[in-house]
Amino acid sequence: MSSYLDYKPDQTPGGWRKILYLNWPLAFLLAAVASAGFLMLYSVAGGRVGTWAEPQMERFAVGFVAMIALAFTPVWFWRSISVAAYVTCLGLLLAVDIIGHNAMGAQRWLDLGPIKLQPSEVTKIALVLVLAAYYDWLDMNKVSRPLWVLIPVVLILLPTALVVVQPDLGTSIMLVAGGGIMMFVAGVSLWYFAAVIAFVGGLVFAVLESRGTGWQLLHDYQYRRIDTFLDPTSDPLGAGYNITQAQIALGSGGWSGRGFMQGTQSRLNFLPEKHTDFIFTTLAEEFGFVGSITLLGLYALVIAFCIYSAMTNRDRFASLLTLGIGGTFFLYFAVNMGMVMGLTPVVGVPLPMVSYGGTQLMILLMAFGLVQSAHVNRPR
Amino acid sequence: MKKSARDIHDSTRSIHRRALMLGAIQGAVVATLGWRLKTMQLDRADEFRLLSDGNSIKMRLLPPARGLIHDRNGLVIAGNEANYRATITREEAGDPALVIERLRRLVPMTDTAVAALLAEIDKRSAITPVIVADRLTWDQFASIAVNAPALPGITPESGLSRSYPRAGDFAHVLGYVGPVSDYDLSKIENPDPVLMLPEFQLGKLGVEAKLEQALRGKAGSRRVEVNSAGREMRELERIEGQQGATVQMTLDAGLQNFAIQRLGEESAAAVVLDVRTGDILASASAPTFDPNLFVRGISSADYKALMEHDHRPLADKTVQGVYPPGSTFKMVTLLAGLESGLVDSRSHFYCPGHTTVAGRRFHCWSRSGHGSVGPVDSLERSCDVFFYELAQKIGIDRIAEMARRMGIGVRPDLPMSAIAEGIAPDREWKRARHGQEWQIGDSINASIGQGYVLASPLQLAVMTARVATGLEVAPRLIRAIDGVALPDPVFPALGLDEGNLKVARAGMDAVMNGGSGTAAKARIVRPEWRMAGKTGTSQVRNITAAERARGVIRNDQLPWNRRDHALFVCYAPFEAPRYVVSVVVEHGGGGSSVAAPVARDILLYALAGGLPPLDAYPPGQRDEIREMLARMRLAPSPVAQAGGGRARA
Repeated sequence: MSSYLDYKPDQTPGGWRKILYLNWPLAFLLAAVASAGFLMLYSVAGGRVGTWAEPQMERFAVGFVAMIALAFTPVWFWRSISVAAYVTCLGLLLAVDIIGHNAMGAQRWLDLGPIKLQPSEVTKIALVLVLAAYYDWLDMNKVSRPLWVLIPVVLILLPTALVVVQPDLGTSIMLVAGGGIMMFVAGVSLWYFAAVIAFVGGLVFAVLESRGTGWQLLHDYQYRRIDTFLDPTSDPLGAGYNITQAQIALGSGGWSGRGFMQGTQSRLNFLPEKHTDFIFTTLAEEFGFVGSITLLGLYALVIAFCIYSAMTNRDRFASLLTLGIGGTFFLYFAVNMGMVMGLTPVVGVPLPMVSYGGTQLMILLMAFGLVQSAHVNRPR
Repeated sequence: MKKSARDIHDSTRSIHRRALMLGAIQGAVVATLGWRLKTMQLDRADEFRLLSDGNSIKMRLLPPARGLIHDRNGLVIAGNEANYRATITREEAGDPALVIERLRRLVPMTDTAVAALLAEIDKRSAITPVIVADRLTWDQFASIAVNAPALPGITPESGLSRSYPRAGDFAHVLGYVGPVSDYDLSKIENPDPVLMLPEFQLGKLGVEAKLEQALRGKAGSRRVEVNSAGREMRELERIEGQQGATVQMTLDAGLQNFAIQRLGEESAAAVVLDVRTGDILASASAPTFDPNLFVRGISSADYKALMEHDHRPLADKTVQGVYPPGSTFKMVTLLAGLESGLVDSRSHFYCPGHTTVAGRRFHCWSRSGHGSVGPVDSLERSCDVFFYELAQKIGIDRIAEMARRMGIGVRPDLPMSAIAEGIAPDREWKRARHGQEWQIGDSINASIGQGYVLASPLQLAVMTARVATGLEVAPRLIRAIDGVALPDPVFPALGLDEGNLKVARAGMDAVMNGGSGTAAKARIVRPEWRMAGKTGTSQVRNITAAERARGVIRNDQLPWNRRDHALFVCYAPFEAPRYVVSVVVEHGGGGSSVAAPVARDILLYALAGGLPPLDAYPPGQRDEIREMLARMRLAPSPVAQAGGGRARA
């Protein structure tokens, strides 16, 4: 296991000079994405700042300062506490399952007096940390050996199981996919991935094919749930209402949109959850293709900067951490956008940095603080 | 343990490779998302734009204000009043029962009404407004508005509702409006969509029903933006509707009110015609009812009371009621005789009090007989035997033909409901109707307006107007629509010999002013208003020979519904006829004693343009008349309305 001794302090910027070595383009990108969020939150609140935009800005300010502060911390510190962080998160998840605060029919919050903690959000980052540390520690040659593959799989499935029972399908999928990205970039043999894909594909095929035959694998009502999950438009007044209205909003934006605060779908309440999971549809309706492709471009640039930062970092832990956080960020916006466009099933995943939600916003900014830390403290 | 340079190199290479692969996959996903955005927002934008507008833009109808109905002097007799009401929407109310419980502190509601309301709210969709309270007072309306925060889902609204300020006076002529029923819709082809509005009112009877198209107006429309709950957010476009046409009636509100009041508690009808134009100045049917009850939704108790009343307040007796005209028919028989050439003004018949035809004895009302009776006397003293003899001479067909020329047995063309045709019977009619041959006895009965002859009070008024003028006077009810006056009619001559008409008129004059006229008591003494008339008393039962032998039972000893109808027709001034009045008092007794005084009072009101002046009455009757007029509860002196302007105060 490597230690902080590996770093050559004289080669890494120290003290306040670190601020010059921050990944400033990435910071500005994040600020730009968040600004788009403020604008949309102002719009969906019907032109009121106080409802959503102002609290969101305050949290962004706090989160942004936290990100800079984290950039000053040495990245090896995070490697050394990664296992502790992971175990703490498991404990918190367990606590939520037992005494958690009920929100929207699911237990996700832990009420700790003045603050409400949503451990599943932190867990995504802790999982990235622990896997980065694991693969940093693990001998490169053992990465694809079955036993050494099993360990990260268990590390992923433990928190996933605790989140699934909350129940929070969206976060569970994010955990599995995030963990998968970590294993992928760590260099686990592609055969494992092929096997998993083949197995899951085969299972889905079998489940769907067995329907109506003598060896049907699920109950009829479960199939109906799957139907609605896969194709919400088959139930346009029930589960499909949201997604149908979202697509109408998105499509009706056209080239340049209906104009700021002019979107009828959102202003007249046809859109569900318009300040959280479906906020992208309001942006698409009011700013059209120009606006939505611009936001997509900003997200893509964030990912590109993460990949570039990771590839230019010779420290394995830092690279894996950067790729993992970038990958998690990617999963957020890809699943959210895919959902509102009708490409993926509806799962509760917010649009990162844009959807209203303090915990999510601050944790993402702090995660990028880790990316900044990895960037600033990279071995030179 | 320190990592070797080689390890670091391997690690970096591996991460490079995988990072690039990951980047490629992520790039592909981003490209897919971008492509999807392009297809949805650029290629299919129009389709989604259409769906979006369909979501949020709705057309709403603006119900037109119903046209006003004026009397001949511009007084509003059917108008629109603001109706304050409150509606509830389940979606916004949350718990309707709780909200209504709070509302009950402001607006009294019975438990059963609340239960019915809750059931109704439950039945409707969550966003459909249901009327919780109707016809609120302004104070109640204001208190609901003030307490709005405590009453979620309750919306105070104001709409227009029909109102009849003269209450019962015009109930029978104008009819009333009511909510559109499924039955109404089933009768209309391509119903106007405005009829589907829940609060819309449709003419149900009378002028309101007959002139529905003119009165309804044209609906306007609004294009509104609604939110997902269906609530209107803003108005995009507004096309105002067109109020229905203002209809001016020929009726005179003052005269109508006087006629209704004068008929009083009797089951009776009175019609006043202006003979120059045929204008119906008054068409009174008593007792009457308040049409406002029907507009507001009549209670079943009130409706039952109206239905079961033996004086039939709901029926318009002026045009729907048909009665044996009795002696008022004698002008028809007389004119038929004179026109036939078989008798002339000098012909006389002898009346011994009865005559025997085909073995049957027919009595004159005067048991002692009238002696030798000429045409003028025959009307003055209303000798029945004269007409028995005359009818035998000229035959029924001439009488029936004359009756039709006078308007009896002919349906008047008026915008009123269920107008009766009456019957002017002849041989053919009896064959068709009863499959029997005409008997001579039928002719004798018909000659004095009994038997098969039936006429409505309006038809009797028309008959009188035609006798008075010699013209084919036709009644009319509408004077102007939307300020455009209907042209005054020019009536063709009836084609009767003027000399013969003069005989009939002289007879009617003698009834009032002759030495032994049957209605001399009800004459007018002002010479310029000299009045001519004819009494009628029509039997509604057969008087058997046995009863006649014992002595005919007097009317006041019979139950009400077996008594004779009292009829009277008259016109004035005699020299230059202007107004005709016909009065029928059902089971009133004698035409001279019951119907004639009523007719004279109404005629005087028309002549004077106000309360009858006492100096028009014979001196001995003036105290009695003064007292009677003082007792009448007339409507307050009508106030001139904008655009109207009354001829008299």
